[in-house]
Amino acid sequence: MPRVLLIEDDEAVREGLSLALTYQGHTVDAVRTGEEGLELLGSVTPDVVVLDLMLPGVDGFEVCRRIRAGGDLPIIMLTARNDDIDVVAGLEAGADDYVAKPAQARVLEARIRAVLRRSTASVAEVVAERHGDLTIDREGLVVTRFGRPVSLAPTELRLLLELSSSPGRVMSRQQLLSSVWDQGYLGDSRLVDACVQRLRSKIEDDPAAPVYVQTVRGFGYRFGPL
Amino acid sequence: MTLRLRLLLAFALLTIVTAAAVAGAGYVRARDAIVQRAQDNAVIETTNRVEQLYPLPTRAVDTSVLERVAARVSGREGSALAYGNGFAAGGMPPSVITAELRALVSTGRVGWQRVSYSDGVWLVVGMQLRTSSGGPSGIEVYVLRPFTSEIAFVEELARNAWLIGGAVLVLALGLGFLAARGVLRPVRELQLAAWQLGQGDLSARVPVRGRDELASVASTFNSTASSLEHHVGELRRMEADARRFVADVSHELRTPLAAMTAVTDVLDAETASLPGVAGQAARLVNRETLNLTRLVNDLIEVTRFDSGTAALALDDVDVAEVVRTCLRMRGFSDVSASLPDGVRARLDPRRVDVIVANLVGNALRHGAPPVSLVLSVTGSSLVIEVADSGPGLPSEVLPHVFARFYKADSSRGRSEGSGLGLAIAWENARLHGGTLVAANRPGGGALFTLRLPLGGGV
Repeated sequence: MPRVLLIEDDEAVREGLSLALTYQGHTVDAVRTGEEGLELLGSVTPDVVVLDLMLPGVDGFEVCRRIRAGGDLPIIMLTARNDDIDVVAGLEAGADDYVAKPAQARVLEARIRAVLRRSTASVAEVVAERHGDLTIDREGLVVTRFGRPVSLAPTELRLLLELSSSPGRVMSRQQLLSSVWDQGYLGDSRLVDACVQRLRSKIEDDPAAPVYVQTVRGFGYRFGPL
Repeated sequence: MTLRLRLLLAFALLTIVTAAAVAGAGYVRARDAIVQRAQDNAVIETTNRVEQLYPLPTRAVDTSVLERVAARVSGREGSALAYGNGFAAGGMPPSVITAELRALVSTGRVGWQRVSYSDGVWLVVGMQLRTSSGGPSGIEVYVLRPFTSEIAFVEELARNAWLIGGAVLVLALGLGFLAARGVLRPVRELQLAAWQLGQGDLSARVPVRGRDELASVASTFNSTASSLEHHVGELRRMEADARRFVADVSHELRTPLAAMTAVTDVLDAETASLPGVAGQAARLVNRETLNLTRLVNDLIEVTRFDSGTAALALDDVDVAEVVRTCLRMRGFSDVSASLPDGVRARLDPRRVDVIVANLVGNALRHGAPPVSLVLSVTGSSLVIEVADSGPGLPSEVLPHVFARFYKADSSRGRSEGSGLGLAIAWENARLHGGTLVAANRPGGGALFTLRLPLGGGV
């Protein structure tokens, strides 16, 4: 079972979530502050970080940015209920998904499973695909640009795989939420928009005039046409 | 008619009357005096000339005598005519002498009359000559003298009167305009301030100038506005305090609830192994924890609407798909839904989901099946109508149906929701720039109509 790093300042919430996640079979490292969490990352390698945004000292957004700068570790943030500004800022800081507090353990568990899921795209072709300057290896889950590997967070990679699996086809945000974020229900379209922004900044020459991930006004997104 | 026009007209009228009275009376008096004096002079002069004729010859009056008399009395500018003993002599045309004048003169008095003659005004003076003893001589003499210069003078007088009157009128209109402005400016300021007050700008005041009636109106207005501002400010402060209190309480409740909610699943899974009563107790705690969580979440949602921090996460969606997902995921199977495909709109699907879930849930709970949901497009709005077949909403409930914690039946338990569901649905519709309206169908049953702009509104 996956190892979870839980960063939450409130003791009761931290204890409750630790209990519940441990009960589900996860290994949980629970810490109180962002500093402790970042320090712990030096010694342990969790599969996913569950991060409260409101933290004393280094806040959740900053922790998020630092983790992102260091690698592709999936991040799920805990936000105050529907606090829109926090949600948007957290997604921009690089979080893959979010869960609003109070949340039942099964909701958090589902989000953790979703971010840890491997590519959803059915792997038909083994050979790496070429799309312009991009090469996408669906088997090895490696994306290169001009031959150099691009560091993508898990959701970014899955979004790219999903969109590029049928180039030119428009997918709505709700479709992408369902296939990439595993949300069977009506999801928050800002997850998609924020992830697209991050993805564009990594693979596009000019993120303001995207070539690979294009917006189709009134419908959603599509890959290409190049 | 505007106040300004009325004031100007009043000024003009006043000026005309005054000028007409003053200038007119002056003109008439001056004219009479001038004419009278000229006439008197003419009469005196004529009389003097006539007196120079004395003593009159006593012989019988004949034409030569009359000619001599006429020549003597006709001055430099005039001409004369003398009658006597049935003869007439002189350079003056007899036609200018009227019968009245002759009749007057024949009684022995001195008569005069103004006449029009050869493009001008002339004065005819007539009198009888007397003998030196004072008796009548039987000779009447008439003198025709030009009167034009006096008339011209009088006409100039009249012209001057008109000119001055006109100038005064213009001046009066100017003054009237200034006076109207002086009166109207405070009135306009008052009007503007009253309008601002009506628009909700309670800080609107007017300057108070002087001590007249308008100034007292202005100061009354100011004090009224001040007290209004004070009271409204007080009310707003109290309301804001109350709302902040609710928001604070909700947020304070959230953290312990977050800890409790996190472990409900653990507890749920373990209750089966707990002995009898302990298991029941654990299930109760679990259930009510989730209920409390829902209530607190709804409260927080409401406080976010109140504080204006609620925001839309807009997405381009197929509305039928959103509604279908909502009905499926919430387990609303007893709903006959008419969901035409291809209705695309820009909206927040999760908020629309909340609205639809509340309307349908409400219809199923309080109304009676069958419950129908109809999606349609009217103009640039999408319309979702949710109707049930129950008795409909009582008329006393209808105005309060979207009020927070409003319970149609006070005896009804609380298990049917937080009491905020329809209020939140209404706020969500408003956030989209749309409307949510409750009504009763003519055939019975409640009908909720949601209208949202297709283009994302706001």
